[in-house]
Amino acid sequence: MTDEHTMNRRALIKGLMGAGAAGAGLSLGGCTQSEPPTYGNLLRMGDWLTYKAQRLLIPKAGLVREYDRSQISSIMAIGSTDPANQNGPFYSSEFGDAYAKLRQNDFADWRLIVEGAVRRPASFSLADLQALTRRTQITKHTCEEGWSAIAEWTGVPLRTVLEMVGIQPAARYVQLYAYDAVAEGIDMIDALHPQTILAYGMNGQMIPQGHGAPLRARVETQLGYKSIKFLRRIVVTEKFESLDKLSGLGAGFSWFAGI
Amino acid sequence: MASIAANQSILAARAPHRLWVRCLHWLMAGAIITLGGTGTVILASHPRLYWGETGNDLTPALIELPISRNYRHGGFEPAIPFRTAPNGAVTAARTYDIFNQNGWGRSLHFLAAWIMVLAGTAYLFIGTMTGHLRRVIVPTPADLAPQTLLRDVAEHAALRIPAKVGPPYGPLQKIAYSGVVLLCLPLMVMTGLAMSPQIGAATGLMALFTGSQSARTIHFAGFAMIFLFILVHVVMVLLSGPRRQLAAMILGRAGQ
Repeated sequence: MTDEHTMNRRALIKGLMGAGAAGAGLSLGGCTQSEPPTYGNLLRMGDWLTYKAQRLLIPKAGLVREYDRSQISSIMAIGSTDPANQNGPFYSSEFGDAYAKLRQNDFADWRLIVEGAVRRPASFSLADLQALTRRTQITKHTCEEGWSAIAEWTGVPLRTVLEMVGIQPAARYVQLYAYDAVAEGIDMIDALHPQTILAYGMNGQMIPQGHGAPLRARVETQLGYKSIKFLRRIVVTEKFESLDKLSGLGAGFSWFAGI
Repeated sequence: MASIAANQSILAARAPHRLWVRCLHWLMAGAIITLGGTGTVILASHPRLYWGETGNDLTPALIELPISRNYRHGGFEPAIPFRTAPNGAVTAARTYDIFNQNGWGRSLHFLAAWIMVLAGTAYLFIGTMTGHLRRVIVPTPADLAPQTLLRDVAEHAALRIPAKVGPPYGPLQKIAYSGVVLLCLPLMVMTGLAMSPQIGAATGLMALFTGSQSARTIHFAGFAMIFLFILVHVVMVLLSGPRRQLAAMILGRAGQ
């Protein structure tokens, strides 16, 4: 990518951001490093087409349905349900012990790091996040496996946190890292979506262990695997990152899980 | 069926299948086989069907299909109730390592779906503009007359299948083709989109089918209908001279 190309794109995105459309720059073609993978794999090209088509046809803030409390259902906890369990799936030798120590202390020392292409990198305690304007939503969790469940989630919109740290004009993706060996990335349209929240509450109580204590992502516009649990760190980036083996993409799943 | 043939003597004089019909037939055949195969792989990771918005291993199923090791695997820790939730909602951690090939399965399913939707749209467009759908595929009132239908059912039941290639088609044949092309396949697209969290909500499709799990169950029923159609379609080809039928659909030759 040339400097000139970068500058043009930055200027354009900056202009679009003024119109409240940080993600509109996505429609720009060109440099493959800045896009979800579209070459060398026929399946990824199909995923890319689905991603572009959905972004083109559905309004940016197209809300998913919110339900009544009476529609809350039972819900399975799958994947990693305890990052401290060395025999569990997605155990991280790097962060598993740290998670166990934080949990012993009821996550009093837990901090969410927010960094990358932001003006004021910061970290937030659970109390910091709970002090921010909260959003409670009763939504449906749709798993790629085929099942679904309705639960009530309480948390702070990711948008609020991103506004506090101040995303830079060229920022286009938000990468979420967990205390297990899991990470996922989303684009700015989903990151700034009003229903994308960092949830600490579930069904009127603190999020139980199996569902991502103390903080998990809720990306309601996509399938469940993008709503990662046990959040540790958020990194705002200008370029697309595959996140290697940490992500669904690394395991062969589509990066965009809007369908 | 002499009366139908008389109406369409002009068609009969042409190649049995037009070039665009042949191209789209095989394109859609490939897409449908891929969709059916990958759809089965996707279903195998959670072989339970429900009605409404929700359904998972902790709620009752409408149908359970014994098609993978995930069938009634029962690998869960004891259920824990949510003290503050209604309906006695519970949660339980899964301990069982399920069969799940949805990484490539889902992506290939959607790739084939794209081909199917594009080819299907082209088929409906050309079919409408040329009058092919009206003249060749959709049953006429005469086709649907009880006597005509009963006679065609009796002929099929006796396996008296004429060794005839291309249109004009018989009443049952038209009902099968138009049912798949005009009802089943559009329904598959609609129920497929209805399962998407955002598309289902934005288009109203999720509400139309009374929930994403209902849409998933109807999607499976549509698959079963199309599977049955393909089975009968292939048997009919085998019973009516497969070499000539294949030559007609591949090369467009009437053959003798």
